[in-house]
Amino acid sequence: MTLVSFWFLLIAVVWTGFFVLEGFDFGVGMLHGVVGRDEPGRRAAINTIGPLWDGNEVWLIVAGAAMFAAFPGWYATMFSGFYIALVLLLAALIVRGISFEYRGKRDQPRWLRTWSGLMIGGSLLAPLLIGVALGDLLHGLPINGSQEYTGSFWTLLQPYGIFTGITLVAVCVTHGATFLALKTSGAVRGRGTALAHRSAPVTAVVVLAFALWTHAIAGKGLLINPVEIIAVLAVFAAAWLAQEDRDGWAFAATTVAMATTVLSIFSELYPKVMVSSTRPAFSLTIHNTASGSYTLKVMAIVVAIFLPVVLVYTAWTYYVFRRRLSDKDFRVQHSG
Amino acid sequence: MGFAESQSGARVTLDLARWQFALTSINHFFFVPITIGLAVLTALLQTAWYRRSEPEYLRLTRFFGTLLVINVAVGVVTGLVQEFEFGMNWSAYSRLVGDIFGAPLAMEGLIAFFLESTFLGLWIFGWDRLSRRVHLLAIWLVAAGTMLSAAFIMAANSWMQHPVGYRIDKATGRPRLTDIWAVLTNPVFLWSYLHILVAALVTAAAVMLAVSAWQIRRGTHPDIFMRSLRLSLVVLTPAIVLALFVGSELGVIEARYQPMKIAAAEAQWNTCQPCSFSLFQIGGGNNDHSPTQIIKIPHLLSLLATNSWNGKVIGLDQLQARYAARYGPGNYVPNVFIQYWSMRVMAYIAGLVFLLTLWGLVLMWRKKVATSRLFLTAAIWAVVTPFVMNTAGWLLTESGRQPWIVQGIQLTRNGVSPSVSFTDVVISMVAFGLVYTGLGVVDWVLMVRYARKEIPPAPAPVDTDARVPSMLY
Repeated sequence: MTLVSFWFLLIAVVWTGFFVLEGFDFGVGMLHGVVGRDEPGRRAAINTIGPLWDGNEVWLIVAGAAMFAAFPGWYATMFSGFYIALVLLLAALIVRGISFEYRGKRDQPRWLRTWSGLMIGGSLLAPLLIGVALGDLLHGLPINGSQEYTGSFWTLLQPYGIFTGITLVAVCVTHGATFLALKTSGAVRGRGTALAHRSAPVTAVVVLAFALWTHAIAGKGLLINPVEIIAVLAVFAAAWLAQEDRDGWAFAATTVAMATTVLSIFSELYPKVMVSSTRPAFSLTIHNTASGSYTLKVMAIVVAIFLPVVLVYTAWTYYVFRRRLSDKDFRVQHSG
Repeated sequence: MGFAESQSGARVTLDLARWQFALTSINHFFFVPITIGLAVLTALLQTAWYRRSEPEYLRLTRFFGTLLVINVAVGVVTGLVQEFEFGMNWSAYSRLVGDIFGAPLAMEGLIAFFLESTFLGLWIFGWDRLSRRVHLLAIWLVAAGTMLSAAFIMAANSWMQHPVGYRIDKATGRPRLTDIWAVLTNPVFLWSYLHILVAALVTAAAVMLAVSAWQIRRGTHPDIFMRSLRLSLVVLTPAIVLALFVGSELGVIEARYQPMKIAAAEAQWNTCQPCSFSLFQIGGGNNDHSPTQIIKIPHLLSLLATNSWNGKVIGLDQLQARYAARYGPGNYVPNVFIQYWSMRVMAYIAGLVFLLTLWGLVLMWRKKVATSRLFLTAAIWAVVTPFVMNTAGWLLTESGRQPWIVQGIQLTRNGVSPSVSFTDVVISMVAFGLVYTGLGVVDWVLMVRYARKEIPPAPAPVDTDARVPSMLY
């Protein structure tokens, strides 16, 4: 594999890691009001991701920075082209991140309601917008010969992009539900399991439609993409496993579903990184956007050394916080 | 649209993009130094608890740890804006130098941000899950993460001030990285990084000093807050001295690589040798080449800019002629008013802070801090000083690099995104303005609320191995 291809794969993997990890906390953010019928229940739900969400969000920062370092042309065109969408995304992420930290700092109903609302809105909007953006990469956007985006905000909102956003939101909901079922006990777990069970079939149908549409957009003919097939199978498996009370396996299934859903976009995209709808020759590829081989080599060494370290302490963190939380844990304790 | 019209439209878009970067990064840098410095100070408090097992230190750790956590949240999310902004508003810049500038940014994410945020999660939620030793290690790793992150971002910034370790690719005209070690050992980087670290300690120590002084003045638990007051003074005094010393060394380095920046900071229009330093001036600015300078200290500018008694400082007019000959016609003089005053505001306030710490140390030695209401009040109000100094320092650095975005490689006006319209930048400006104002208000309200809270009792008997309950959401 060439160095540029390796970097494309790496960026695809980082985006996948982001959605697999942050995906469930987007889901928990959206669902915390539904699975927690009262304040202790909501707090139990939020605290399942309390120690984890911040680290999960770093995957997004790394995805952006890795694109900047390895494919500056891709980063420059994408971030300036998706301008207004990114403003909205940043607002959503800011509001959501702050809501975790600040929500519990006061024990007043209006304060709690406001931050819960912002948490739900931010957790919904963020995967939706990123989904639209990733869909747009594959669908194609007006890009001219000097790699500049020539459309407007509204050009970004074409049907396939929007459907990609909806798909990712749906997978986040199911992924969040299986995570809640795995990480809580008592009433919260019951509602998490029910949600997983009820949302999974819907998500499965959405993912199936998404896989077919993605395949059609990519225009690679009848050649079957195994990544897309695994995505569809995994969501159906999750629906069944949630029903059978196999919490761990159900979560593993939604993890695979999330990973393959994201990877299917990148696998169809390669070796392009942004398709130009103006003229195919104007498309951005891994070759016409990449950094020099020295930078790619240096960064590959850095990744080879530090990514394993990150994975080890991240895994250890999940192990430390493996205990299930219950609304009962929060009945006695008041915020402070 | 006529040519002239589109020119002026582009000009306004450029100005707005510059304002946006200045405002968002100044805002970001309100929270960053508190985070870096307070992580270190909280780690020190927790270390004191770990070694001495005195419950007062545990209470202080959790008290100041809460203030740390409130700030980290804002620092993290506003940092995300900074990373996106390069691509959004400055895509031509990103396209040109991503090969070099992107590398430290990616390292920052992978090496520093993961460490900081993962171990902060472990620290906040791990009180009852981790052993005392591992839990202490967690806060130190958070502190290490914040300091590493500052290192990478300063390496990236220093490359914009003094580009090293690259060659210009003949085919594309773009700089290509050829030596990562040169980027990571750039003399501008080493000195500015040290400067940032001590500035962060100054900021956090000033916050801790103000909060402790407020609590002591109110009279609740003065015994406990005397400990944090002592710690803050012991850190603040050497830190402010170091900040002055490192800052002046950085001036010498910058005078070598960015002579415009330092000449403008002294409003030195003509070459001088030896050069005196003016304490104040009336008038000045880019159109006034002979301002009225008041109180001149002979030789001081030579010393500050070159480290030698009779050093020569080349004037702005001479530098302008030299740059025009080298880079073509244009105006290469940064905003002299900003340079002159940001340098002085920073240095003079640092002097005042140093005097305050001396006063505090004398009172502490005589055991009179708790009863000196005058000192306590001064210490509370001194909390604004580091934020003014930090902002002035960044203005000096960044405005002094103008008109370049990367010194000698790209002009700021050529770095802006070609595909982004005036309306786009207005929309983002309004959106960030609203979100940041909201954030600022909430952060301030919570900080003040928690800083004024009565310190909660030690959560568990600390002489046993009983676990301390976690700080939950």
